[in-house]
Amino acid sequence: MISTWINTHLLTFLVFAPLVLGLILLCLPQKQAPMAKLLGFLGSLGVFVISLVHFLRMGGHSYVENLPWMTLVNIPVDYHLALDGLNFWLVLLTTFLTPLTLLGTWASLKERSGLATALFLMLETGMLGALLAQDLFLFYLFWEAMLLPMYFLIALWGGEERRYASLKFMLYTLAGSLLWLVALLYLAGKSGSFAPALMAQTALTLSTGIQGILFLAFALAFAIKVPLFPFHTWLPDAHTEAPTMGSVILAGVLLKLGTYGFLRFALPIFPGATLHYAKPMAILAVIAIIYGALVAMAQKDIKKLVAYSSVSHMGFVMLGMASLTIIGTQGAMLQMLNHGVSTGALFLLVGMLYDRAHTRMISDFGGIATRMPVFTFFFMVVTLSSIGLPLTNGFVGEFWILNGTYTSAFGWGRALACIAALGVLLGAVYMLWMVKRAFWGAANTDEHSGTAHLTQDLNGREIAVMVPIVVLIFWMGLHPQTFTAISERPVAELMAPFQPDAPAKMAEVAR
Amino acid sequence: MHMTTWLIPLLPLFGAAIIGLLGRKLGRIAVSVIGVGVVLLAFAFTLRAFVLAGSAPDHRLASCSFTWMSTGNLSVPMGLVFDPLSSLMALVVTGIGALIHLYSVGYMWEEEGFARYFAYLNLFIFFMLCLVLGNSLPLLFVGWEGVGLCSYLLIGYYFETDYAPAAGLKAFLTNRVGDLGVLIGMMALFAHFGTLTIAELLTKVGHLSPEVGFGILSFATLMLFVGACGKSAQVPLYIWLPDAMAGPTPVSALIHAATMVTAGIFMVCRLAPLFQLAPITLSVIAWVGGITALFAATIGLVQRDIKKVLAYSTVSQLGYMVMALGAGGFAAGFFHVFTHAWFKALLFLGAGSVIMAMHHEQDLFRMGGLRAKLPITFWTMLLATLAIMGFPGFSGFFSKDEILYLAYLRHPALWVIGVAAACCTSFYMWRLMALTFWGEPRDPHAYEHAHESPWTMTLPLVILAVGSVVVGYLGVPEAFGGHFAIGRFLEPSLSFGQLHAHEGHHEGPAILLACISTVLGLGFGLFGFLSYRSGTALAESRAARFPTLHRILLNKYYVDEGIERGILAPVRGLGRLLWQVGDVIIVDGIGVNLPAALARLGGEFLALFQTGRVRNYTLGMVLGALAILWIFFK
Repeated sequence: MISTWINTHLLTFLVFAPLVLGLILLCLPQKQAPMAKLLGFLGSLGVFVISLVHFLRMGGHSYVENLPWMTLVNIPVDYHLALDGLNFWLVLLTTFLTPLTLLGTWASLKERSGLATALFLMLETGMLGALLAQDLFLFYLFWEAMLLPMYFLIALWGGEERRYASLKFMLYTLAGSLLWLVALLYLAGKSGSFAPALMAQTALTLSTGIQGILFLAFALAFAIKVPLFPFHTWLPDAHTEAPTMGSVILAGVLLKLGTYGFLRFALPIFPGATLHYAKPMAILAVIAIIYGALVAMAQKDIKKLVAYSSVSHMGFVMLGMASLTIIGTQGAMLQMLNHGVSTGALFLLVGMLYDRAHTRMISDFGGIATRMPVFTFFFMVVTLSSIGLPLTNGFVGEFWILNGTYTSAFGWGRALACIAALGVLLGAVYMLWMVKRAFWGAANTDEHSGTAHLTQDLNGREIAVMVPIVVLIFWMGLHPQTFTAISERPVAELMAPFQPDAPAKMAEVAR
Repeated sequence: MHMTTWLIPLLPLFGAAIIGLLGRKLGRIAVSVIGVGVVLLAFAFTLRAFVLAGSAPDHRLASCSFTWMSTGNLSVPMGLVFDPLSSLMALVVTGIGALIHLYSVGYMWEEEGFARYFAYLNLFIFFMLCLVLGNSLPLLFVGWEGVGLCSYLLIGYYFETDYAPAAGLKAFLTNRVGDLGVLIGMMALFAHFGTLTIAELLTKVGHLSPEVGFGILSFATLMLFVGACGKSAQVPLYIWLPDAMAGPTPVSALIHAATMVTAGIFMVCRLAPLFQLAPITLSVIAWVGGITALFAATIGLVQRDIKKVLAYSTVSQLGYMVMALGAGGFAAGFFHVFTHAWFKALLFLGAGSVIMAMHHEQDLFRMGGLRAKLPITFWTMLLATLAIMGFPGFSGFFSKDEILYLAYLRHPALWVIGVAAACCTSFYMWRLMALTFWGEPRDPHAYEHAHESPWTMTLPLVILAVGSVVVGYLGVPEAFGGHFAIGRFLEPSLSFGQLHAHEGHHEGPAILLACISTVLGLGFGLFGFLSYRSGTALAESRAARFPTLHRILLNKYYVDEGIERGILAPVRGLGRLLWQVGDVIIVDGIGVNLPAALARLGGEFLALFQTGRVRNYTLGMVLGALAILWIFFK
């Protein structure tokens, strides 16, 4: 009976199962924390397996749940979830990373681990709900719901500056989404609906100026989440202070909701404004790529370095999208997954290092390779993926994004692509320079150094966490179609209005 | 189609995976058998493919091809192509590769990381074969970056030292600068032609009308050439190659002399019809090559480290090859790649044999008199020296002469540069030979214990020595009554069915030029030999006479220092500036924290009025009431 219910309400099950599980864990007594961790891991693993099994069987059958829910000042709000080409792999990435992160941070989570696990599962509900929601109000609710668990994870389990970082994270993101909410309500009022398709029709009837303002309100909220330069400064603080599990999921999934929001809502609702602002967005994206990489180079803390590398990599995603070409956007879709896997893995690895050495300063290390060869192997593979070495996932995404940008219809595409390509070089500079200082060389023999504390290489659990990641890195690099075939059509439809003959078509639609 | 051809690159990959994963559990013998065996097998399969391709009507053999990455109108296949160019290069890679693997068994036997070394070396062969055999530019790029990675790992093989990882990093990053060029070149070609499959690209180039697209071709080929400069160590991206000598000596022979560093020349040959249509690029290539040839040769004159001399010699020889390409002599350039692979690999392996005999002493000034102690090493290196200096009848003579002649046709100044570089080459090679094998032993202790290397090391030396002598006869230039057979053999690859000015069409004073350069080369060789035959005293007195010149050469024209001060330090500074000032103060400080602080201050200011005392509120109410009264009744 349960299995038939799951069959018919798969999406609801996926979204709310983690929440229910989290609430159950909250009821467990404090003493049962290890039990709570185990339950959380097994439960989220179950969610992953169910999502994987069902999705792979999807073949033609699409998952949609659409019920009228309530009215908000006469505007109907629908409980509308759907799985399609745009969110398919992002949903799987979320259900995949959640158990993996719980397993990977098993040992680092010591205090109130039951509560942390519960919050982490609630976070999964928020992310899955936001990814699957097709109704904008529902999306908004899940979007804001993600903030709270993450806020508490940083504020309660964070580092020394956790109060500042968590508050900044909260207020910065909220500030962006408030403007967006106003725009959302305005548009909903005009169109009498929260459905994107109806909103898009209404938006076309508005004046170009209003469309632009509404688009910018949407864009601001999403750009803060990505984060796009110059709205990125909350990220390094949040990443550095967050516990490993928070960092992994923040980089792995949360940031993608920004770029996903652009693709799912901002672009299709405001095609005219998108075309108008594509060039400034692409320029900001290129600045983010170069700026993020240069600042990453100057970092002394490995975790902060990885955080700034996120700014650079997410710049690539934004650039691919802003190119408004199929190749570029497909590259952006893939790069979202790449970044989720590779940067997520980097944060896990940095966490494993921190668990042992209790420091993340590059200068505290040196000669890690002499002490932890297995760890070094995994770190190198993930590093190579992060710097986009061909045959790993990073290359394909960047290659498509750059080619898309080079062929994009707006001016400066070629110049922007050439400048962005510099990011590929700088990526190698900051990662491999860090690797050289921390991993190679003679072992740092100072007894207070980080290296001196590295007495144990990775254990079986940690290797079990890294192996699936390495498999994915090469799978995505060797056969990216597995991960992009499903989004090929939706992306082509999404990009249709932006092709060079678009203005004529747009005028037609407007008439 | 021919599925088994995939075994050629996959066998070494398989070897790398087995050795890498099982590592020390296998034991040295099993590692050696697998490591050498897979490359030998790959060589055998390549030989078969070479024969099959040769007998095909269009001289091409294509493996079955898979779709690698496809989206929108971009579709990149993953397949292998054997044509005269790629199959010959693949033979060099697997053949000389197998010899160097065998040599490594002897050379690395005592090393702790024996298995790790062979895993990297097999992985290198895999990537090199992808580069050579790939049927699309992105697949070529897989190999291109992959060999860079293996080079990084092998240069940094002694990772617990300070200098080796630094040299590896320098190599990788300098190469990445070049890779950027390849990436941009690919983007430009794709945007214009809509394909990145090499065969399609070259076909479309043939249909290009002259007035469109030449600008884009010049841009794309120039960018690709930047990549070639990185990989093939041309000015100004040559700086990584001398440092790369930090790796084990067989690595220097295989990667940094015979195969990987010639990838840039290979790539230009692969896309020859494209470069043919870009005259601007060709002249840039010719001059960069010429300058590199002479520049590196002058540095080689004074180096004391035996491997450094050979490294600068390699840079200089690569300059020759590149100069040939720029002069339109694609076949001549590749011919020199081919001959150079034999004699330079031999020189490095010989140097390795010497270094091992001398207990890891690399300073020429501490060697001497080793002729009798290392007879096989001595005789084989002597043959290689004769080959590289262009002694008549040896392989280097034919390939270098062809290049010098083409350079002369392009611009007489290039010929002068080339001959000057050839004189330097003769000089430093005979200096190296004299300091190593003649004279009195300058380190008697090490000399006492020196002995000839085991058969695993001397056998490759002998085979390579035979090659160094004879392979030149594959391409005897027409001026000497030959047919430049290798040029005819490569023709189908280089012209790709398009009109192509036949190379080796000789006019002008070919014989005279050859005589001048040969006599000068011999003279400078003799000069070098006589100067150093009886020790270092003569050299030191001469250095004392030109102190400034000597210091500049010894410090390699201070290029590394200049790059550190002019580029690296400013970039690092920019990073710090953007972080501390741009991010912390401007974006985050003024943009985020200042508004936050103002909001808090505002709140605190307003909170001052929330005193909680009734009399304050009463006062406020009275004042407010008075104000209202005043407004209404004034």
